[in-house]
Amino acid sequence: MGSLGEHTAVLGVGQTKYQSTRGDVSIAGLVREAALRALEDASCTWADIDAVVIGKAPDFFEGLMMPELFLADALGCVGKPILRVHTAGSVGGSTALVATSLIQGRIHQRVLTLGFEKQSESNATWALSLPQPFSVSINAGAGGYFSPIIRRYMARSGAPDLIGCMVAYKDRRHALLNPYAHLHQPDLTFDQVVDAPMLWDPIRFSETCPSSDGACAMVLGDETAGDAAGGPVAWVHGTAMRSEANNFPGRDEVSPQASRDCAAEVFAKAGIVDPRTEIDVAEIYVPFSWYEPMWLESLGFAERDEGWRMVEDGSTGIDGGGLPVNCSGGVLSSNPIGASGMIRFAEAALQVRGMAGEHQVDGAQKAFGHAYGGGAQYFAMWVVGANKP
Amino acid sequence: MREIAVVSSAIHQVEALTFKTDVQLMVPLINEARDAVGLVQADVGFTCSGSSDFLAGQGFSFVQTLDAVGASPPINESHVEMDGVFALYEAWVKLQIGEIDIALVYSYGKSSPGSRRDVLAVQLDPYTVAPLWPDAHAVAALQARLLIESGAVTAEELAAIAVRSQRNAVGNPNALRASAQMTVADVMATAMVADPLRAADLAAEADGGCAVILAAGDRARELCDRPAWIRGIDHRIDAHGLGVRDLVTAPSAALAAMRAADSAGFSAGSVDIAELHAASTAQVHVLTVGMGLGGDVRIDPSGGSLAGDTLMAAGLMRVAEAARQIASGDADRALAHGSSGPCLQQNLVCLIEGD
Amino acid sequence: MSKELPAQGRLRADLVIEYPFTRTTGPVVGAFMTGLRDRRIVGSRRADGWVFVPAAEVDPDTGNPLSEIVDVASVGVVETWTWVDPPRPGSPWDDPHGLALVRLDGANTPMLHGVLVDSVADMATGMRVEAVWREERVGHITDLLGFVPEGTGTGQPDRTEKSAVADPVRSIRTPIRLEYDFIPSAAAQEYLRAYAEKRILGNRSPVDGAVFVPPRGVDPRSGVETTEMVELPHAGHIGNFCVTHLPIPGRSDLPTPYVSAWIHLDGADIGFLGLVSGCENDEVRIGMRVQAVWKADEELGATAENILYWEPSGEPDVPVEQAGNRAWLGEGMSDA
Repeated sequence: MGSLGEHTAVLGVGQTKYQSTRGDVSIAGLVREAALRALEDASCTWADIDAVVIGKAPDFFEGLMMPELFLADALGCVGKPILRVHTAGSVGGSTALVATSLIQGRIHQRVLTLGFEKQSESNATWALSLPQPFSVSINAGAGGYFSPIIRRYMARSGAPDLIGCMVAYKDRRHALLNPYAHLHQPDLTFDQVVDAPMLWDPIRFSETCPSSDGACAMVLGDETAGDAAGGPVAWVHGTAMRSEANNFPGRDEVSPQASRDCAAEVFAKAGIVDPRTEIDVAEIYVPFSWYEPMWLESLGFAERDEGWRMVEDGSTGIDGGGLPVNCSGGVLSSNPIGASGMIRFAEAALQVRGMAGEHQVDGAQKAFGHAYGGGAQYFAMWVVGANKP
Repeated sequence: MREIAVVSSAIHQVEALTFKTDVQLMVPLINEARDAVGLVQADVGFTCSGSSDFLAGQGFSFVQTLDAVGASPPINESHVEMDGVFALYEAWVKLQIGEIDIALVYSYGKSSPGSRRDVLAVQLDPYTVAPLWPDAHAVAALQARLLIESGAVTAEELAAIAVRSQRNAVGNPNALRASAQMTVADVMATAMVADPLRAADLAAEADGGCAVILAAGDRARELCDRPAWIRGIDHRIDAHGLGVRDLVTAPSAALAAMRAADSAGFSAGSVDIAELHAASTAQVHVLTVGMGLGGDVRIDPSGGSLAGDTLMAAGLMRVAEAARQIASGDADRALAHGSSGPCLQQNLVCLIEGD
Repeated sequence: MSKELPAQGRLRADLVIEYPFTRTTGPVVGAFMTGLRDRRIVGSRRADGWVFVPAAEVDPDTGNPLSEIVDVASVGVVETWTWVDPPRPGSPWDDPHGLALVRLDGANTPMLHGVLVDSVADMATGMRVEAVWREERVGHITDLLGFVPEGTGTGQPDRTEKSAVADPVRSIRTPIRLEYDFIPSAAAQEYLRAYAEKRILGNRSPVDGAVFVPPRGVDPRSGVETTEMVELPHAGHIGNFCVTHLPIPGRSDLPTPYVSAWIHLDGADIGFLGLVSGCENDEVRIGMRVQAVWKADEELGATAENILYWEPSGEPDVPVEQAGNRAWLGEGMSDA
């Protein structure tokens, strides 16, 4: 114990196959697929779970208000506590952190946490930008919002124009190593990435995330549960959340202060002085390719205006010998919005457990999970390690 | 368990906040709650809010409302798409870890722009129930009839609950319905909205918001004369389907009350006052019996949610009202209850005590 | 007890949230829907013989899956009920009707549906009812029109041949339409009305004088209320922009690609979104000076859409490192 309260361990991880339409399952069936896999991985049954924390992005996606009510039965939660978190795109990460706090605060011994989205029930552009009367509707979806910020980064850093394409190509190659990833494009060439149509200049279609159905779940346990686990667990070394307003004078939209502060706190808690050398693998929320170098800088993995060099020299690739980023394929390869943040956290846990399969980074001891949301305003991060902190 | 108390609160509730945004509603409330104990946002270690996108037909409404907090420098913050009473629970958990000493909790709801009873149908089983659009009053009525026909209570006894609420609400500036003269006969004469529930049996739909400051241990004692200590807090959920659970006993409320009592060292039945979050008089009865609130417990001294029910904030307001009873010395022990979902599917119980 | 401001002369608009959701059902809910299409009601049976209707995917008591599908009768008993008058928007019923939990013979749990009788006086707990079916059935909860008192049905055959094996229901349409009364806040009303007079209003923060446009009634840095309105010039610079190649839902008037930009008005301290036109898209740049192009006077209304777009004014650019958000000047950063 320490400033983080009770030690917390990731005992199990479960993911669904991510795809544009999971036509074979209901919403309940989708979340159960991830939850049951997490329980199995943790060698638990429903009866071992004390509480459930679930997260997802706007209820408009499925047209189901407060879905925790309907899903209580499917999540084995009857007679138990359930919380529903919503912090925009960062929600999957925030949800995991709320679940973690239930362990850290010594409220529960084992908590199931789950993020999901069944985007195929409606349409992402509709659900994310409902028109409001009297306002001028000129921004089509999230890309329209983030494109100017990316343009600003490009102008500021002097990064070559094709850095974004390199990130997209790398993450799609990584996705081939992950059986759960939505986009599996074995024949994709770098030229095809570059030649893809512009959607929100400077963002090409190939540099955006897909719209996916999917769910991701984790079983978290306290120190006793972690020590008793038969297989490897991931120990939580640090957690942090930060939020800032959307638009105010002096806001640094490229590297928001909330991002920098959140990173500083999570690394301080984890006892990490130089994340670039001490973190072995990172899962960073990159829904548009250029956010990889932008976040690398904001998070302290690279100096200001230098993050793109890590992309250019290949050191964010799984076999690049540097800091592998998004070995799972990342948000660029699978994006069930409400789960996307939790997938980052869960993939970080899989890496330090040595259970990431073909996209395992050999010997990963410390991993970083990251999510952001809103207009790059909401941040959730954790550091997990193979050893107890 | 770490000692955590409610040290201040602010409530605003009206029939319709027609010309105010959620932000404009919350700015004065958050400031009032912080100012009352001499705090600024920089003193707050964790902020948590509750609201619903569906209520006013706006996606990400909580993103806008963050403006009301003054999140500069950036804050440690989270949001639940639930009643603010669950945000309070999350903040209480964060305080338990021991990293921080002060938390701000707020929530708000503005259901007046839409037809709330119909919007709530979107909470129900999306395959076999929601497409029939059963409205919230009708759903509450199914429960009320089961209760009456079980012989547990009469329609007149339910009317007496409405009378008690309206009498208690006299003097509460945030009550929409208050009357010192209201009688059972008056209630029975109100329009039948969803048989067997009459207009006065149904909680008065309101717009509003609430902000609460929580503080730990000695910080709480420094900040106010009589902290309202949260001695026990627990929440539970029942099965969703109306046909698969016992609608007349609210098992999750009873279980939450029992668990909260285990921590508190006193039972729900031993409190001086209880503030209940119910959509109907029948639900007040279900909760009263289910949680074992005896005849000595003063129920809903503020009028409860029957007198004014702001969806997403009504539960948090119950905590605020109960804490005020402690702070003023009118009660030494109090129960605050919040709920979510059709027919009391999910329930939170908070047992509060003064020194 | 009253509205907070008089409603006189207020701006309002209809806000409709509407979408034809497509829900994939999975096997169990799908079996229930397939049954309805065949005029059959099915449940799911637990190992101890307990039958859930509608067929449930999960046993709520244990979280265990339920997969054994069984037929139940289409007659049963009303366990509890209410009367719905007027019928609710979006519901399948056009007339006042009963709404009940009906436990079908062979089922252990009741299901919710309508009871189609003439008046509330015809409703009673314990009444026996039978299902009545829609002629055209697609595999949807509304294939069941509702229940009527037993013996008063249309004499339809109870069920048809099972089609489940050949063509099970895999998805359903469940449209949602919700109507809201959209009324801008008092500050927004003032802002919108000013547009009708070709004036652009902002809010000045009492904290440090920073000016926000549109006025939102709060300084988000401090959570302090902002009430002072200031009028802003119709010129500024582009802080940042996006060239969008996708059409926007509801804006078929907008040819693609188009440029949307954060417009930083002179005297304002944050930007707001506007369209940029009057030059080639590839001429648009960070720091470019622009001015408003308004609709013709006779077309002006209380809306931000009065500004058709922003066009280059020809003035010298604002240096990139000073353009847009002041962040670029803060904390010793420079942006070039």
